[in-house]
Amino acid sequence: MFMRKPHRHSRPRLFGLIAGQGISPFRQVVMQTLHHALRPSPRVSALILSMCILPTVHAAPEGPKLGQPLTAQELIGLDIHVFPDGYGLPAGRGTAREGKDIYHTQCASCHGIKGSGGSAGELTGTSALHGAHPDQTIGNYWPYATTIFDFVRRSMPLNAPRSLSEDQVYAITAYLLHINGLLDEDAVLDAKSLPAIRMPNREGFIRVWPDGR
Amino acid sequence: MSDGSLSVPDYNQPVAGGGLLDRRLFLKQGVGAGAGLLLVGLDAPASEIPPWMHTPGAPFNNYGQPSNHEREVIRWISANSGAPGNGISWSPLHKLEGIITPNGLHFERHHNGVPAIDPERHRLRLHGLVRKPISFGIEDLLRYPMVSRICFVECGGNSNAGWHEEPIQTPAGYFHGLASCSEWTGVPLSTLLEEAGLLPEARWLIAEGADAAAMNISIPVEKALEDTLVALYQNGERIRPENGYPIRLILPGWEAVLSVKWLHRLQAAKEPVMARNETAKYTELQPDGKARQFTYLMDAKSFITHPSPGYRLRGPGLYQISGLAWSGRGKIRKVEVSADGGQSWAEAALQEPILSKCFTRFRLPWRWDGSPRILKSRAIDDTGYQQPERATLIAERGRNGYFHYNAIVSWAVATDGSLSHVYA
Repeated sequence: MFMRKPHRHSRPRLFGLIAGQGISPFRQVVMQTLHHALRPSPRVSALILSMCILPTVHAAPEGPKLGQPLTAQELIGLDIHVFPDGYGLPAGRGTAREGKDIYHTQCASCHGIKGSGGSAGELTGTSALHGAHPDQTIGNYWPYATTIFDFVRRSMPLNAPRSLSEDQVYAITAYLLHINGLLDEDAVLDAKSLPAIRMPNREGFIRVWPDGR
Repeated sequence: MSDGSLSVPDYNQPVAGGGLLDRRLFLKQGVGAGAGLLLVGLDAPASEIPPWMHTPGAPFNNYGQPSNHEREVIRWISANSGAPGNGISWSPLHKLEGIITPNGLHFERHHNGVPAIDPERHRLRLHGLVRKPISFGIEDLLRYPMVSRICFVECGGNSNAGWHEEPIQTPAGYFHGLASCSEWTGVPLSTLLEEAGLLPEARWLIAEGADAAAMNISIPVEKALEDTLVALYQNGERIRPENGYPIRLILPGWEAVLSVKWLHRLQAAKEPVMARNETAKYTELQPDGKARQFTYLMDAKSFITHPSPGYRLRGPGLYQISGLAWSGRGKIRKVEVSADGGQSWAEAALQEPILSKCFTRFRLPWRWDGSPRILKSRAIDDTGYQQPERATLIAERGRNGYFHYNAIVSWAVATDGSLSHVYA
């Protein structure tokens, strides 16, 4: 069974945040905010602001509190979300040159040679996004390179998800970036270099929630 | 049917073009006005005693199934030939009535098959920016205070054939049936989040399913606290495997990809994870090359289920037009129906219950004169939002958006009584 190696920065940073601030339960935070509302400080102002879009916190029915403490150990191998800033990326490394063979063994039967022409989604393409029927690929559409790692590690290959090592996922991610012209063949991808890659369509998205429609 | 008195309204007089009648016709005048239609073509011998009255029927069974005569009322599957667990199935909404979708006919979207989850080995874990990371077994969750919510669940990609250049010719449910409506029962997510102690800087919850895709997506904390359920039951029974057994999220009114099935983990975070299904997919490319992202709300939609393509009207006469309307913003306030391609509209009757973020059944009597007609419906929700004409939607969004198609639907009725999908 595939097991994830603990990564360097995320866990200590997370628990440090929790332990360092000594935050009270959410309901108490709201009560505290109301109590201090007449003497606003920057922190309290921020909380009041957040309350404006958290109107129904009072509605939570009381539960029997059967939740069991969850340890970091229990999350090893499960905690696989990778965020755009690199949070959640594991130790390991890979290059496009290493990823090429893995891609052809594990991915090409559905995604085609060099990411194109298979039965599954197109992975390469640089067409403009405002024509008729543009391809929406890693190269011209995906806003974050970290998403490739996150998705490949959790979901691919379809017939054996979670079967690739961390190094293999880094290598395939590097290869997919390489065939989209976004990474040199021998550039090393790891927890530091992957989130530093700026994707061409990084600014191509308009957040509709919460303001727009 | 008029008795000649000026004080009694004649509901048989058309209220809009194409033969649309007053929505109160059936209510005020009983079935007599409509009886003629139901008897058209029925010519059964009067005194035959059917065989099922001569012999004992089948014994009991432990779990009932539909009649064999209804075996064509099925989900329509479209899956990846190389990966049969990756695909969708549509609800046959054109074959159903009322507002509740039977569990075995609820639409599906699976990214890598239906997992066979042992509930005793399944846990829900809450961690990340919480004061106290915790986990729950299913037996634990069954002891929590529950609430029920009757609401629709609709895929963001529902109805997307509407973007096509040519109108798709398929039964209505296999066009608009990536939407279903159930009574969902479960634990308010807010109760569990309060127990874990969500930190104020937590703005998002990254949800993950325990399927072979480990499907993940980011949910705003506001929605999680407002009305999100950790659902255990669907229409009174435990959720079926294909709908998320043993637990799934239900986010009323929001696109269904957020209502993560087989839920096993929620990580509280400052920022969205930017998963594939909130960046590469479920975003809508606009004519200027920019894409709309986090388009959670499902806007008001309606369509006529009866009659619809696949049905054939059996001659001129009185018919009841029936259909579904819903809005992710709230309740349906009004549904209007046209039988003349949108030149005139008549208000349909809305059948109780009319619930927020829920299928609402509308009905309207119609006397078809046998001539070609174009039937349409349009929904208006209680925020005043009105379902747009197709040309309006495309002028605003272009045709590359793929998701969130909610334009007015047009069915053409031909002189032979057949129906087809048209852009009109």
